[in-house]
Amino acid sequence: MSMEFLDGNTILYSAAFGLMLIGIGGIVISNHLMRIIFGIALLEAGANLLLLLSTYHEGASAPIIVDGIIPAMMADPVPQALVLTAIVIGVGILALALSLAIRVQRAYGTLDMREVRLRLEQEICDEAGIEMPSSSEKPAEVIKTPVNSVVQQESGS
Amino acid sequence: MRRFTAALFLIGLGVMIAAIYQHMDFSNTALNAGQAINSVAAQETGAANFVTSVVLAYRGIDTLLELTILFTAAMIGGMVLGKRRVDAPRDPDAGFILRTGADLLFPLLLVVGLYIILHGHLTPGGGFQGGVILASAFFLPLLARPGSSINQDVISIVEGLAGATFILIGLLAMSEGYEFLSPLFDKGELGALISAGSLPVLYLAVGIKVGSELAGLLAHLAEAEAVD
Repeated sequence: MSMEFLDGNTILYSAAFGLMLIGIGGIVISNHLMRIIFGIALLEAGANLLLLLSTYHEGASAPIIVDGIIPAMMADPVPQALVLTAIVIGVGILALALSLAIRVQRAYGTLDMREVRLRLEQEICDEAGIEMPSSSEKPAEVIKTPVNSVVQQESGS
Repeated sequence: MRRFTAALFLIGLGVMIAAIYQHMDFSNTALNAGQAINSVAAQETGAANFVTSVVLAYRGIDTLLELTILFTAAMIGGMVLGKRRVDAPRDPDAGFILRTGADLLFPLLLVVGLYIILHGHLTPGGGFQGGVILASAFFLPLLARPGSSINQDVISIVEGLAGATFILIGLLAMSEGYEFLSPLFDKGELGALISAGSLPVLYLAVGIKVGSELAGLLAHLAEAEAVD
């Protein structure tokens, strides 16, 4: 039973699904922008592998005629051409994502999405002239103003 | 809490995929389109590599659109990163090994890249794969010496010419009375370097376009001003 379960197809398919799951997990769980981009890359690799496996045939050779010999069974060239397309587009997406990440780093000085989200919201609220939205259940802020700083401001003005 | 829900989501997705997996019929999928292409491609296009036949002859318009996507990504990448300030600080040159290695590898990478592009209709490989190798040939010196820079104007001219060649060959087929981008010229002997009609020319255009685009994109990324 166990040997039957671990045949080549199972391994290949679990690699494809596993890569996709790891990629989705990276996108969903992590907060760092670079890790999210790596997650996209892994998801892409898994999807490409799955696309190739969709027409996988045991013992089929590459769809190429070498020295005029036509192999008995050749793999389907259509998914291979599709994956070629997908890889190239994936490179474009990755490069675009990386350049956007460079811009985020330049604008906010961090790639932590929690912090970036907070800063974005703050900027939008400042621009619109409204308070940051907050819960009414939020604990009251304790404002501690040292006495001597107030005195300094008054003497300065 | 967020991690917990994310983990729950992933477990659910995994179970769902496993359930689908139980119902899949592996390695016995019908190769309808593939089988048909495999039986006629050698006569129809004259290319020994059927993947090349599919990429350039059967779905050449898709390849053109794919090149457009890559071009758009490269252009927007350049726009997002913006121009570098003149007085922005640059990284120092790399060490002796990387500099010498880059000088030594440059001609080799050019030869390998062009070989893979020009044999795209005979062996595994082709314009996209060879183009990436060409791009790395031009990017490696930039890694070794960050002070030097690639001339972006030349790159965009080369890229535009390659793209125009691809479209012109497609239009030439139309003027001969075929459909856009159908294979042209004499098919030649199957497996010879000069065979398969217009497919090697199309792949050469693809290779040069992909190479120059990626080289320009990588140069943009490398030239992005570092945040100190």
